Amino acid sequence: MTSPAFKDHMGRPIVVVTGMGVVSSLGEGLEENWNKLSSGISGIHKIERFATNELSTLICGSVDFIGAEANSIVDRTYILAENTTVEALADAEINGEFNGPLFLAAPPAEPDWEDRFELAGELRADQTEGSVYRKFLDILHDKPKRSFFESSQFGMVSERLADKFGTRGLPVTLSTACASGATAIQLGVEAIQQGRTDRALAVATDGSVNAEQVIRFSLLSALSTQNDPPEKASKPFSKDRDGFVIAEGAATLVLESLEAATARGAKIHGVIKGCGEKADHFHRTRSSPDAAPAMAAIHAALDDAGLKPEDIGYINAHGTSTPENDKMEYLALSNVFGESLNSIPVSSNKSMIGHTLTAAGAVEAIFSVMTIKTGTLPPTINYDNPDPAIELDVVPNVKREMQVTSILSNSFGFGGQNACLVISASPT
Amino acid sequence: MNTKSKNDVVITGIGLVTSLGVGVKAHEELLNGSNPITPVINDQLIPPYPLHPMPEIDWNDQIPRRGDQRQMGNWQKLGVYAAGLALDDAGFKDDADGCSTMDMIVCGGGGERDSDVDTIIIEESLKRNDKDVLLNEKLRTEVRPTLFLSQLSNLLAGNISIVHKVTGSSRTFMGEEGSGVSAIETAVARIQAGSSTHCLVGGAFVAEREDYLYVIEAINALETSPARPVWQRDDERGIVFGSAGVFLVLESKEHAIARGAKIYVTIDGVLGDAGSRDEASFAKRMAKLNSDLNISDEANTLVLSGTSGRSQAMQFEKDYLKAHHSNGTVRTTSAIFGHALEAQFPLGLALGAIALKNGSQFAPFAKDMDAPMSQNATKAVITSVGHHRSEGLATLSKA
Repeated sequence: MTSPAFKDHMGRPIVVVTGMGVVSSLGEGLEENWNKLSSGISGIHKIERFATNELSTLICGSVDFIGAEANSIVDRTYILAENTTVEALADAEINGEFNGPLFLAAPPAEPDWEDRFELAGELRADQTEGSVYRKFLDILHDKPKRSFFESSQFGMVSERLADKFGTRGLPVTLSTACASGATAIQLGVEAIQQGRTDRALAVATDGSVNAEQVIRFSLLSALSTQNDPPEKASKPFSKDRDGFVIAEGAATLVLESLEAATARGAKIHGVIKGCGEKADHFHRTRSSPDAAPAMAAIHAALDDAGLKPEDIGYINAHGTSTPENDKMEYLALSNVFGESLNSIPVSSNKSMIGHTLTAAGAVEAIFSVMTIKTGTLPPTINYDNPDPAIELDVVPNVKREMQVTSILSNSFGFGGQNACLVISASPT
Repeated sequence: MNTKSKNDVVITGIGLVTSLGVGVKAHEELLNGSNPITPVINDQLIPPYPLHPMPEIDWNDQIPRRGDQRQMGNWQKLGVYAAGLALDDAGFKDDADGCSTMDMIVCGGGGERDSDVDTIIIEESLKRNDKDVLLNEKLRTEVRPTLFLSQLSNLLAGNISIVHKVTGSSRTFMGEEGSGVSAIETAVARIQAGSSTHCLVGGAFVAEREDYLYVIEAINALETSPARPVWQRDDERGIVFGSAGVFLVLESKEHAIARGAKIYVTIDGVLGDAGSRDEASFAKRMAKLNSDLNISDEANTLVLSGTSGRSQAMQFEKDYLKAHHSNGTVRTTSAIFGHALEAQFPLGLALGAIALKNGSQFAPFAKDMDAPMSQNATKAVITSVGHHRSEGLATLSKA
């Protein structure tokens, strides 16, 4: 019989974090990332990976170390995920096969331009009719190219991770746009709550910074163009914010039932206490102006956690630094938390690491766990010109020492995606 | 473990668009007859590759606003359309509360690229050495923002939210055939556990896309015309793609009964796996899935094979069918509909649901493997054997 101490308010197994790994533009590994993040250091820099002619945005938070300077999105995405998973499993002291399911948040795969240019080099002079894809079909018919196939398969990254780390069953690869990292964690939590497994690996990774991505987001007017100096561009909740800074990163969380973690004597970093989600039907790239879906996601996460708004001590905001997100997020928070929002600090990690897109929800979940563990609230940097319409205590520019026991972490994305997590201190 | 008994999961709505037509009824009329079904196959659209194209579709039926249609490519439109049919069929279409609390899991691929833009860039690149500079010049001026959105995997779900107001939750799984298995497995697990009462699950695949076919032809896996019968594609190549949009409304039995919904079938179980594609590992995984789902080899079982047609995986699946379903009757989905990749597993469930609900004896789909049925099926097993990775099984029983 399971002890009631291992169950949550709904009678489900309590799910804890026993291993963490993270990579961002700040560096490799949790220690370096946390030290820099809590010191208010920015990882944003000039784009050097590719040509920037014609671009209005010249900065990013790409990861240009640990071999992640690889040419293809799929390779970079894998390298980042492998790196953080090695760290997380070592942290969790799990050796050998992981033997639990894998939930992977990864950017959609498609061939890179370098691959297309390489194929184009094989075009024949007699190929004059039809689209370039028609011509590629003919070339590949005569001369197959396995690497090209592999780099275009959505299931590729998760298969490589599953093989390397010995996860169990059919790995899930998911995308909920900029909420993907939170969704990966939610899927892992659900699998444990449903009694389908005692442990799950939640991995979120994004190595998709290339010219086409920058241009696409620029065409949607989503990116900051305040290029000089790069580290000052991401300024969530500031009056002169003008967009997010595109970035790369990855995070891996080892999730376990409290019971299983306790039984094997694992160290417990924190509890994923609640998950909430809600879709928005307002627009493909914009949130409902009334913030109702974001509010519903926050409420759902609080309900799932069995907590009330006043139980939240700190909010890890989505805080992208786009004019629209930060305004909408403030509206959602002020509606949910009311007057008490005045006494809840809210900061955005993206002021330092930019927006790691697919990875963001998981990267920020790990930073939330660290916030609780260390009693240090990371700052919102570049907060020199507050937006008077957003009355938040954003932990401006320098960290703050403060013990908190429960944190709300928000993730909102294109396509009406809203996912929120409530993360709490270890029960032991 | 949770000691509370699990909620039964039933299918209450089907949205089905294939080369054979639009909607459940059109398919029932073809499938319920005893005559062999003639597939719709075209080898002139993208020669020499045969494919099952989309049927004629009046998008206005399910996507009334032209503005919405313009924001999507065919892949997203086909999915949004099929999702609308499923909601209609389940009686949720005009139920604003029902849709706003409905969960959603889409098994999605990638959207279409703008072939014209890519062609311009490649043609220009052959005349220049500064390809990276060229790329920026062209992308900056030629790419339309809406087309970027139509490429995003999660924007099929996003468009379903916008067009049909399904907003309980929205998740998109990727990973070719396996994403369909995971989507249904996850929805079933949530409903069984009581954390969801009703969930829209499914996906779409468009076969007539040069910008996708070339990826598969990179391993020479596309069947060329004339296509051999599916189970005879035993040495190389083998895949004939088929366009399909398939969405299912899954619901707890309790929830379905409470609102007086019609019930197609009960989903008894769904499981997926993956691993090395050597013969012994494959057989071991399939045997384990089979036993974990308590599948027995009975004459009352209709087995809907999701084989892609790709040679090696298909031979392995043939061995599985022989070993575990010698008494059941097989119908090979891809022989009639082609291979619908992410949508293939949901398509198998849709066909199984139709067969069990109507007690219909589908005429054989494929030569060699599909025998006439000796009795009406009361159970169905749906297989998924990915063309390159992933396996899955689902079991249905007559409600």
